[in-house]
Amino acid sequence: MKEIRIHARAGQGAITTASILGYAYFLKGEYPYAFPHFGAARMGAPMNAFVRIDDKPVRLRSQVYNPDYLIVVDATLMRGFDCYVGFKDDGIAIVNEREGMEIPKPGGKQKLFVVPANKISMEITGGKTLLSNTVLLGAYAAATGDLKVEDMIKAIAERFGDKGQKIVDMNAEAVKKGYEFVKGGR
Amino acid sequence: MKQFLEGSHAIAEIIKRCKPGVVSAYPITPQTHIVEDLAQMVADKELDAQFVNVESEHSAASVVLGAQAVGVRTYTATSSQGLLLMAEVVFNIAGLRLPIVMTTANRAISAPINIWNDQQDVMTVRDSGWVLLFAETIQEAVDLHVQAYKIGEDPRVMLPVMVNMDGFILTHGMETVDMPSQEEVGKFIPPYTTTYKLDVDNPQTMGYLADPDYYLEIRYLVQQTHRELLSIIPEVASQFKKAFKRGEGNGLIEGYRLEDAEQVFVAMGSVCGTIRDSVDELRAKGKKAGLLKIISYRPFPKDEVLTALSRAREVAVVDKSVSLGGFGPVYTDLCAAVSSMGPKAPKVSGFVLGLGGRDITLKSIQDVYERMSGKQVDCEFIGLKQELLAEGK
Repeated sequence: MKEIRIHARAGQGAITTASILGYAYFLKGEYPYAFPHFGAARMGAPMNAFVRIDDKPVRLRSQVYNPDYLIVVDATLMRGFDCYVGFKDDGIAIVNEREGMEIPKPGGKQKLFVVPANKISMEITGGKTLLSNTVLLGAYAAATGDLKVEDMIKAIAERFGDKGQKIVDMNAEAVKKGYEFVKGGR
Repeated sequence: MKQFLEGSHAIAEIIKRCKPGVVSAYPITPQTHIVEDLAQMVADKELDAQFVNVESEHSAASVVLGAQAVGVRTYTATSSQGLLLMAEVVFNIAGLRLPIVMTTANRAISAPINIWNDQQDVMTVRDSGWVLLFAETIQEAVDLHVQAYKIGEDPRVMLPVMVNMDGFILTHGMETVDMPSQEEVGKFIPPYTTTYKLDVDNPQTMGYLADPDYYLEIRYLVQQTHRELLSIIPEVASQFKKAFKRGEGNGLIEGYRLEDAEQVFVAMGSVCGTIRDSVDELRAKGKKAGLLKIISYRPFPKDEVLTALSRAREVAVVDKSVSLGGFGPVYTDLCAAVSSMGPKAPKVSGFVLGLGGRDITLKSIQDVYERMSGKQVDCEFIGLKQELLAEGK
């Protein structure tokens, strides 16, 4: 079983991110359980979304305390809070770059990928950070090797298909850019 | 077809297939997504029903009461404070023998205000006469709704059914769900017809005054129907299994590794999944642990429980609610059930966990397990923070 923990603020799309991630694994025939945990239940408050993935239905309903993979959507959450708490020794973290902020380093064999997801999203959309999480998902696929670009794009296409081809295409581009950023070792 | 669905959306999808003619609800976290989705389905004409917007849960329950009373299949859903506000009508619905189906997205009760999951809300209407079913997974929640209409509308029953699903854990969780088709559901629950309805061509009354000469018998008959439900629910569960090729347990309870279990957890709802993982860990260490999952809390399946516990030495009841000043509700029922076993009765201990969304981890269950073999306890809270208690003094 693999466990993923997403750190974000309420309203930053962590649930959608977890749902797409879960869906991508679902399409591969795995049994994901994706679920949110709200803190103060208001916009902007720190919250988590989690995904557990197994080849049989997941029964464990507790929150994720020892994640294999971490996604930090908003790096300001790392100020004064240790997002690495409980992080597995060989874990992989994907953190959205934040201008002017130094991202804390994890320990030992843990890997960190700082991805300029906001910047990439703004390039694609002409100034909006709407696709930042999608960029992080592309980076996740590359960093973990668990999913292919096509898996992620398929999940997005099926999830957002009703929003029109343009939205799907832009998201697909965001996945690819995130993937290439990690693969290119930039 | 297997899909990856959010629990709330899955419930809306299955309710759509059950074809209620009237849906009325007032949104409350964590039930909101269910009724938002249903309102959308009605607006999009995917579901041919009247969606009645109301100003409170009391009205929502009253609307479905009225609609069901004229012979229409109905649906509502609520949670926490909403269920409390409905309470008066909830009791009336059962007393009037109206087979309404309601989802309760289980959540803690104020004060202090808390939106997170436990099972305190449903316990407030425990004695109302409703059939109370508890789902462990999203799949089970979906399947129980289909069975709920079948059970409630059975002419031998004519009682409302509540499907309980843990708030957030199941309502906002997403997992793989095998969603039955419209045809399959339609075959299993054909359109609702009844002669027990308010009808100008065939006038009758409902909810008349029952003076002391009548009331006792009317209440007795509800109790009697609940006894009969102990064979009707397994009947429906087995028909469901046949029609949909899935379903664990017999509709009332489900055992996990109980065959030779000497130490048994008893629980309801999604926490059963976590306990299954705990049981496997304990088994790997050579401990004879098992789980008895209660699916039907009302009627309470006493005989099935006793059979399931016949080899148990020690029982730990995991309650996600508490009767303050008393004990956990499931613990109380368990004690009543085993009292007929005489000297062979296992030692039953009661534990309260997870109130207000306090996370129930494998460690929490391990704590319960360790206390299970110790001195008998009747209402032990697990996971208390001593530093907070000291502050509260």
